[in-house]
Amino acid sequence: MNATTVAVRAGVSRGRIELRQSATSGQDLWGAAFFPAVALVVMYLLRGNTVPGTDFSLGSQAIPGILAMNIVLNGVTALAMMLTLDREDGTLLRAKATPNGMVGYLVGKVISRSGMVVLSVLIPLIPAALLFDGLQIGAVSSWLTLAWVLALGLVAVLPIGAICGAVFGSVQSLGLVTVPIMGLVAISGVFYPVSGFPEWLQGIAQAFPLYWIGLGLRSALLPDALAVAEIGESWRHLETAGVLGAWAVAGLLVAPVVLRRMARRESGSSVAERREKAMQRPM
Amino acid sequence: MRYGANDVLRGVDLRVHRGEVLALLGPNGAGKTTTIEILEGFRRRSAGEVSVLGTDPDHGDEAWRARLGVVLQSWRDHGRWRAAELLDHLGLYYAPYGTPARPRPYDTAELLALVGLTGQAGTVIARLSGGQRRRLDVAIGLVGRPDLLFLDEPTVGFDPVARQDFHDLVRRLSGLEDTAILLTTHDLDEAEKLSDRIVLLAGGEIVADGTAAELAARFSGKAEVRYSRDGEFFTESVQDATGYVRELFARHGEAIGDLEVRRVSLSEVYLAMVREFESGQHHAARELTGVGA
Repeated sequence: MNATTVAVRAGVSRGRIELRQSATSGQDLWGAAFFPAVALVVMYLLRGNTVPGTDFSLGSQAIPGILAMNIVLNGVTALAMMLTLDREDGTLLRAKATPNGMVGYLVGKVISRSGMVVLSVLIPLIPAALLFDGLQIGAVSSWLTLAWVLALGLVAVLPIGAICGAVFGSVQSLGLVTVPIMGLVAISGVFYPVSGFPEWLQGIAQAFPLYWIGLGLRSALLPDALAVAEIGESWRHLETAGVLGAWAVAGLLVAPVVLRRMARRESGSSVAERREKAMQRPM
Repeated sequence: MRYGANDVLRGVDLRVHRGEVLALLGPNGAGKTTTIEILEGFRRRSAGEVSVLGTDPDHGDEAWRARLGVVLQSWRDHGRWRAAELLDHLGLYYAPYGTPARPRPYDTAELLALVGLTGQAGTVIARLSGGQRRRLDVAIGLVGRPDLLFLDEPTVGFDPVARQDFHDLVRRLSGLEDTAILLTTHDLDEAEKLSDRIVLLAGGEIVADGTAAELAARFSGKAEVRYSRDGEFFTESVQDATGYVRELFARHGEAIGDLEVRRVSLSEVYLAMVREFESGQHHAARELTGVGA
């Protein structure tokens, strides 16, 4: 068997091991579940309000948006943070010291992160289905739409997470990623239909994947009548695929270059230097 | 060899033979880690020629990488993994590079036994003690059955017991299937104990190269002569102390006082060198040792 194939297979098993570690780690689960849990509670309290122009619960309408937020938080922020930590503790250097180790590392990371993203979409659906009315989770078509939006969304956001993780040197400076993402969450129609916002704000929101993942998930999980609350009163599947596809292509073009540059710079002394800085920081 | 704006290494010529343990000895900042990182292919040199296992590390491919084992000063990676799980995993990558004469990877259980971690096979790595963690790092360095193993300052921060255990381990390794070991240390005692040959590095230059016995003979053959001449004090390091003193008296006669002649031990030479180096005067240190030129 070819050495690269071996490394890809090793990466698959690596991904499984890492996913098991994340899914059984209280710290990881807390990190992944905190925002969505708060959002679900808030939406449950707001379930009596209705989406403007319909008699549909605003709370139920926000569920797909919260799931989209989960995808972005787990795919971008958490991935970036893992890459940064892996550089700080030498995991990445270990991969570099191993033949084809980088291939295995990246395959493993993509699998474990994708797994966490999928879990972060599926698990909240269970309480959501019990607490909120009107979600179309019984239909096969819902799951098909959910599957392609989720898959395309992953390919669009994971490279962004990888790039952020490679560019930012420390966990602290990752705040520069988290803050704009929270801003995007606020303007991308996660909690409230974006059609109520000023047009320039709608424009910004539509430039980023979060809005489109949210729109795609709403089209999967909400009744078709709810499309009236969207821009153009349509689910715009074609545009969704187009924008997410464009982000995916751009990300997949840029990420390998940035990752390769990052890997080249790894050495024992750069790891030691980062650790020293990390230790000087007040925790 | 240049790194950044300064020449950190000049004319460093290292040869490690099959099955040999070579110690790169020098004070902190002498360029040991830089040297080893260049050899490992983790750092680019600005000039000069380097060949490791017949390949320039800057252009080393994965097959070359598979023949190296790397143990850095301190790893903290894979803290959530279990010891045996990580060895099993990392071993996978080496399988395609095995040959009938040198099957890769090493068997995990055998490797854990070799480094004395059989009882910790199922332990989560973050819960290992410092000494156990370092032994695991050595096991990882060996998992691909390397032709050449790098050990960078392997015992820094160890208590005496962990240190002794580690020394025993390295001695066991040196007999192992033709694996050459290049280890760096700032501790002369460690270098003497573990290595077949010592290369003394200071200020980016090799100031001595030989077996511990050779170095001891070369340096302790020297003596330190202290004296005063017209009230001014001098210290000289000379090969032939008797001849030197005879000439001193012949030339200056009554003006010489406070005469003192001492044999210089290897550890004294090394200490003096380190001290000089740390005060930024490593050229003076070179004169003192006077070797390598």
